[in-house]
Amino acid sequence: MKRFNLSKAPVGMKKYLSFFKIRFIAGLSYRSAAWAGVFTQFGWGFMTVLMFKAFYESSPESFPILFSSLSSYIWLQQALLAMFMFWFFDGEIFDSITSGGIAYELCRPCGLYAMWFVKNMAARLSNAALRSVPILLVAVFLPKPYGISPPDGILSAVLFLISLILGFLVLIAMSMLIYISAIYTLSSAGVRILATSAVEFLSGAIIPIPFFPDGLRAVIELTPFAAMQSTPFLIYSGHIDGDKAVFLIGVQLVWLAALGLFGVFAMSRALKRVTVQGG
Amino acid sequence: MRLYFKYLRMLVRSQLEYRESFIMTLLGQFLVSFSAFLGIYFILMRFHTVRDYTFPEILICFSSVLASFSLAECFARGFDAFPRLIKSGSLDRILLRPRGVAFQVLTSNLELSRAGRLLQAIFMLIYAVPRCGVVWTADKIATLAVMIAGGVLVFTALFILYAGFSFFTIEGLEFMNLFTDGVREFGQYPLSIYGEGVLKLFTYVIPVALFQYYPFLYLVGRSDDKRLALLPILGAVFILPCSLFFRLGLRRYKSTGS
Repeated sequence: MKRFNLSKAPVGMKKYLSFFKIRFIAGLSYRSAAWAGVFTQFGWGFMTVLMFKAFYESSPESFPILFSSLSSYIWLQQALLAMFMFWFFDGEIFDSITSGGIAYELCRPCGLYAMWFVKNMAARLSNAALRSVPILLVAVFLPKPYGISPPDGILSAVLFLISLILGFLVLIAMSMLIYISAIYTLSSAGVRILATSAVEFLSGAIIPIPFFPDGLRAVIELTPFAAMQSTPFLIYSGHIDGDKAVFLIGVQLVWLAALGLFGVFAMSRALKRVTVQGG
Repeated sequence: MRLYFKYLRMLVRSQLEYRESFIMTLLGQFLVSFSAFLGIYFILMRFHTVRDYTFPEILICFSSVLASFSLAECFARGFDAFPRLIKSGSLDRILLRPRGVAFQVLTSNLELSRAGRLLQAIFMLIYAVPRCGVVWTADKIATLAVMIAGGVLVFTALFILYAGFSFFTIEGLEFMNLFTDGVREFGQYPLSIYGEGVLKLFTYVIPVALFQYYPFLYLVGRSDDKRLALLPILGAVFILPCSLFFRLGLRRYKSTGS
């Protein structure tokens, strides 16, 4: 944990775990919001499947991916939306930056980067925990090419889990950069909305990356955007397997390290500039 | 009505005060819907048509829905932000004033930056209008105008419905997104591509197809029945039950006390 050590005090794992717990449990208490979310995301997934069905029936030979793989992708995407939606930010963090509350945070004996990172993880995971199970349960029982099918085998399942965790961490490392940019600019609404629409599109949240034009697709696969939700979901559905899957997991690792190191560096520079006005 | 325009002028002026942030959000809104456009473009590059609808035809459909949505969001933003009025207790203040609640909510907010989406819709129209194979006679232009106007009213009705639900649940409101944002997103394509069931739902329960699909059929020449062009007017009637629901909620409103 040495590299997260921004403050002078020694850093242990335990306090981050308790930050995680606090945020996670707080998130779990929004039950009716979760049910509404389940309903919305199920409807959304259902409409998306129907939309692609129309394309499939219009010209099946142009379809770049098996229909059942696409359905799995869509249902995973809806079930785990809370984990991978880039536009979800912790308002408290932005408030603490603009209000000056960040000063208190800096007094705590823990690294700010790690603390924010963990808080974001917990908030997203608790939302996803409440929502994903009902959606997946229904999706499992949908008729054959339209529901979610089991992963392609044990190897696929294992690779999927590794890639899912990495993808989630890459996404948070990327969203950390938005928080950090807010320390520089204070008003981050503009940056946020621009970054959000770019990341959402390039990560395959609007249309899956296999549907991109071929040349572009080959490039995007290597970017941190594809390293978020696209790689794990495509591994699950068997669209990516074998050596290619291992290679793309490697790409995820590289981006996680790069974004993480850059974030820590940018933050320590930003914090040097912070002047908290009294009051 | 004069009071309404006075409010409007006030709101517009106050937003133009912060010019930079206004332009940033305008640009952002534009880009958000631009990525939706790019999605359609990529997909249609691959498939060329969907259920025999061509790319320019789909753009006409998408841009009319997007224009309706952004106009409705621009003017009826007060209803969209209504849950916040309840949460903060500002509704009590509104109830004390000697004007209608709906009127005051309508005038409480105007989101000019949402016009970024409108800009996107206009660009798409400019691209698609000469390419979609429609001969733009007066009645076709009128049809498009009626489609957009009807859409504004239906989306406004949905925002009122959304506000009405916030009397019953604040947290659970997310499900309404399926009908506001969802209609905007899935309304990109003529609703018939989703199949019979979905089309029926959006004809008889939520009258989206009345301004999106049926008049569109006439517009692009899939049907010669001119009556289809008048259906958006029927769809606009949807605003009545929604307002009624809002009023129902208002009657059982108890202040949060803050």
